[in-house]
Amino acid sequence: MNDTKTNGPKILEAIGRNGLLLCYALFALFPLLWMLILSFKPDSEMFGSPFVFHPTLDNFRAVLGQSDFLGALVHNLVISVLAVCLSLIVGVPAAYALARFQFKGREDIAFTFLSFRFAPEILVIIPLYLIYQKLGLIDSYTGLIWVYQLISLPLLIWILRGFFEDISPDIESAAQLDGYTWWQVFFKVLLPLIRPGLVAAALLCFIFCWNSFTFALQLGGGRTQTSTVAMMRFLASDTVHYGWVAAAALISALPEVILAILIQKHLVRGLSFGAVKG
Amino acid sequence: MRPYLVLAPAFLLTIGILFPFFVAIYYAFTDYSLRSSEYSMVGISNFKDTLTSEDFWHSAIVTVKYAVYATGVEMLLGLGIALLLNKDSILSKFLRLVLIFPLMIAPVIGALIWQLLTNPSVGLLRLPLAWIGLGEFRWSADPDYALFSIVLVDVWIYTPFIIILVSAGLRSLPKSPYEAALIDGGSAWFVFKNLTLPMLSPVILIALVFRFMTSLQEFGIIFALTKGGPGDRTMNLAVQSYNEAFPFYNLSGAIPTLLLLWALIYAVCFVLIGFWRKAQKTASGAA
Repeated sequence: MNDTKTNGPKILEAIGRNGLLLCYALFALFPLLWMLILSFKPDSEMFGSPFVFHPTLDNFRAVLGQSDFLGALVHNLVISVLAVCLSLIVGVPAAYALARFQFKGREDIAFTFLSFRFAPEILVIIPLYLIYQKLGLIDSYTGLIWVYQLISLPLLIWILRGFFEDISPDIESAAQLDGYTWWQVFFKVLLPLIRPGLVAAALLCFIFCWNSFTFALQLGGGRTQTSTVAMMRFLASDTVHYGWVAAAALISALPEVILAILIQKHLVRGLSFGAVKG
Repeated sequence: MRPYLVLAPAFLLTIGILFPFFVAIYYAFTDYSLRSSEYSMVGISNFKDTLTSEDFWHSAIVTVKYAVYATGVEMLLGLGIALLLNKDSILSKFLRLVLIFPLMIAPVIGALIWQLLTNPSVGLLRLPLAWIGLGEFRWSADPDYALFSIVLVDVWIYTPFIIILVSAGLRSLPKSPYEAALIDGGSAWFVFKNLTLPMLSPVILIALVFRFMTSLQEFGIIFALTKGGPGDRTMNLAVQSYNEAFPFYNLSGAIPTLLLLWALIYAVCFVLIGFWRKAQKTASGAA
């Protein structure tokens, strides 16, 4: 694309591009770097010089030493992973159906799925608590995995619907003419084509479930306390140990970071079909 | 029948959990309170009270302002950053990963970090601000800058949401139209305006819909930073109804407020999804 340009504008473009990225990176990352520093700071030096201090692992030891924080991480992992898997199992076919089939009420059903996200969490939480009590779902994995569908399903269905619609139906019928079954076409042709969208949507669903606070606080309990709720307990204690909070937040973000690293290479489209659209 | 059967599991799973929503609508027409188990129907008087209260309208304006500012900045910033990152260099790959980190911190913790950073007596930002003559800047404690300060934190947390979605959209654009444009010798701006933007607009609109509707409902960030203050400068509908529901157990005041918020979100999304349908048709037919 830049063939016709001379070197001068090219260099300027690179400087501009990287300069803008650097500005945003500074804004996005310096609070996190500071949090990283806080997590290694002893309580006594918390409000001293920002960068000169005696690094210590005490904060991490204190957080991980509390057996229930590790337990809370496991709870959060089980609940969030299963919630996203459930969303994928029921949501991917739903998104496909909304994108491909012509049927009565299609747009209304699609909009209804979106509308599940309209109700503010506090509006749902009080009546839901009473119902969960009757059903015995308070403080259970099932209860939280179920309620997290409100967070993840609308997002997943609506992102994937767009990605499915971008793929021409001709590709599907061509593959079926070649003798592949519908399932083979779905897994070998369609899923690789929507892979960037699928992976991004699953990552977002995981992040939102993982960080969900209101539902986990109100409907969870001792047996299902998630790490997000456990962190808030450090804040609510009489003396706030900022170092603990920072260490806990970093540990708690680790599974999300690992997931993001693992899926990086899948953010690229699997097959290089030429004319995908139209 | 097939499409309905495919949709049924997802539908039943979510409609089941949304049953409480209908219970909440019922409570909106009663004088239900968490303090006593007795209650009676009061008709639409709760809605009348809400709609004639000045606090409601003040909070409604704050809600819309917050959502428009936060979503607007996040969309422009997220779209810009995603476009700048759309290169196959090692730096871009690295930045695509680390720039989304703010989204991974629980929003309330993110808010706390910013509260510490901007703390006027110990915060890290007080020194650089003093150098440029803004040593007295009070952030969210200043009535004139409180909204700006909480929107800043929202932008910090949620811009990566836009970056992730737009990047995924950019990654799945087909290559052939670009090759054709290259042969035709179109300028970078021409290619962006006539190829990239139309094909990308469905995913941009979906990002906008989700960001706008969740920022209209925002509770955690505002509650953690200002609890609606100073005064009621940052009091949005979600925080206001929480304040009514929890310290005062006044559900009949809180539920109508939240239902009206729900109606607002419904209307906004209805319009935006209309745009999405048009954009999707153009995108599927384009190129």
